[in-house]
Amino acid sequence: MSNAYYEKIARINLSTGEIKAEPLDLEIAKKFVGGRGLGTKILYDEGVATVDPLSPANKLVYITGPMTGSNSPSSGRYMVVTKSPLTGMIACANSGGIWGAKLKFAGWDALIVEGAAPEWCYLYIEDDKIQILDAKEYLGVLSEELDDKLKEKHGADCSVLNIGPAGEKQVLLAAVMNDKDRAAGRSGTGAVMGSKKLKAIVVKASRKQLDVIADVDALKEANKICLKIMSDNPLTGSGLRALGTASLVNVINSIGALPTKNWQESFYPTADQISGETLAEKYLVKPGACFHCPIACGRIIKHDDKVVGGPEYEPLWAYGSDCGNDDLHAIDEANRLCNEYGLDAIGVPCTIAAAMELYQNGCIKEEDCAGVPLEWGSTKAIIEWTKRMGDPQTELDWLMSSGSARLCEHYGHPEFSMSVKKQEIPAYDARAIQGIGINYATANCGAAHVRGYMIAPEVLGIPAQLDRTVTDEKAGWAKTFQDLTAVIDSMGTCLFTSFALGAPEYAILLNAATGTNYTPEELLEVGDRIFNIERMFNKAAGMKPEDDRLPKRLLTEPISNGPSKGMVSKLDITLPQYYEARGWVNAFPTDETLKKLGLDECVGK
Amino acid sequence: MIEVRFFATLREGRGKIAQISAEEASAANDILRRFDIPEEEVSILLINGFHSKPGDSVKDGDVISLFPPVGGG
Repeated sequence: MSNAYYEKIARINLSTGEIKAEPLDLEIAKKFVGGRGLGTKILYDEGVATVDPLSPANKLVYITGPMTGSNSPSSGRYMVVTKSPLTGMIACANSGGIWGAKLKFAGWDALIVEGAAPEWCYLYIEDDKIQILDAKEYLGVLSEELDDKLKEKHGADCSVLNIGPAGEKQVLLAAVMNDKDRAAGRSGTGAVMGSKKLKAIVVKASRKQLDVIADVDALKEANKICLKIMSDNPLTGSGLRALGTASLVNVINSIGALPTKNWQESFYPTADQISGETLAEKYLVKPGACFHCPIACGRIIKHDDKVVGGPEYEPLWAYGSDCGNDDLHAIDEANRLCNEYGLDAIGVPCTIAAAMELYQNGCIKEEDCAGVPLEWGSTKAIIEWTKRMGDPQTELDWLMSSGSARLCEHYGHPEFSMSVKKQEIPAYDARAIQGIGINYATANCGAAHVRGYMIAPEVLGIPAQLDRTVTDEKAGWAKTFQDLTAVIDSMGTCLFTSFALGAPEYAILLNAATGTNYTPEELLEVGDRIFNIERMFNKAAGMKPEDDRLPKRLLTEPISNGPSKGMVSKLDITLPQYYEARGWVNAFPTDETLKKLGLDECVGK
Repeated sequence: MIEVRFFATLREGRGKIAQISAEEASAANDILRRFDIPEEEVSILLINGFHSKPGDSVKDGDVISLFPPVGGG
């Protein structure tokens, strides 16, 4: 019976060259859905938590969800799940574009890549045929150019995932890129590819649509319902298409939560110059959409003589106010370089901002900077240091490319690193927005905004407006958001659909596609299970309770300017409440919690 | 004076910033009427950086920020 899976996983051992197809265990698929959940389950069971992330023993799981490639709205997501070399914990970097849908069309639910190739190689997948091909001639080639070259060789109808020079050099902030400007950006997944000497994965598929949907008519009806809700919703219907995620710059600045100069300030007087409004006015060519997405939040911009993928909210903030810079053209260029070198466009600029604070305090000296001082607002610095971090040569290049935690630790000022679990914190000041701090502190992948986007209720009023300044009920909200997000990710659906859809809609989509009978409550329990197995992966990897913490600055230094002046994060209140809501003691699930969630394999560990 | 800041599509035909005298508005919805903005078009209404409702009072020196539905991640 069809169930939206092709029930086939390819296991590719790059050390031996062996490639085999393995059946998908449908019982496990039902418990973990796919994508993020199933990928983590596979790695947990195969003992990856304890390996060196950059050794051949680490594994890379490229995985789709049951909805990936379906004709449901915004259903083109795939994930790269591995042990992160940046955090030493679970990594699950999620990307759009069309690559994930093509992998599914080729008949694969997932690829598990293990070992390490003796020489640089790439994978060429054409339906059920997978080949390991020589990539030596592509070494050092930038990401977009490589996309063109591989399409030239294999045909314009293939889709390309690759790493740039940063991944080749195992830079800890290296991303996996696909379809030119889409990125599985965070946690250093690109470095793991580099450690395996795997430069790219090209996919070509004969299928143009999924032909394994359980109930085609039911899915058609579910899609109709969801599309109507999304179209009627002002944000998914038109707001994101008009200004993209960049529209947040002015919102977040207006409430005094736009971190500025490495979070020394939280209000940036010239924020409008780096806003979505200005981006649209000066450079926008058209909105960009991933596979089967009616939202179209992407920005296609004119940059000098090129038309390229433009910056999202995160790099606009991180290269902008966080580096004290309001030159939008320079941000466009730095963002383009992140795509070309294959870099995390959050981690890299945040690390530059931390380096600028080290420079401000005399820790990094002008003579260390090889002609490009790390001064606040220097457009030359954000561009040149991005290149250097993407292809490091000097000791400082390498230190910077390892992320702000390692950089600041080196200079004896760990407090300048605005990171959690060694991953840089995204663009919302947790002192001014109490609930988002819970997510930063507890996300299993290290600081992230997309593991429970509390900005929706605390700032955007979705689905209800909460008071951003108080802690009341935030722990429960954070848990629910985290659990629902884990389900959406695992389905292969874009998280942005959740601005309009809720658990009941995801249940009807998933049930129609896979033939399951989840209630919305059961679906949230699946999310809870996924979040908990991630936590157990981290426990096995050596995570300590103190890793669930925010930087000292957020807890003890009140915001220095703007509307939220004087506020600090009250994580000391919310974190115990959160652990209680999860059934955790001292940062980890109790055996009782694990049993309740059906995670018997984790009990006693 | 009260400063009114418009964002995203609410800038169309209104510019980025307007100043009005405090006598012209006692509540935020007076400002919406003054600039011909239907309440349902305003998704986020801030008074001095804090979420507010159209009926909330405004006073001399306040900064009002008006946003249509915007968002992202």
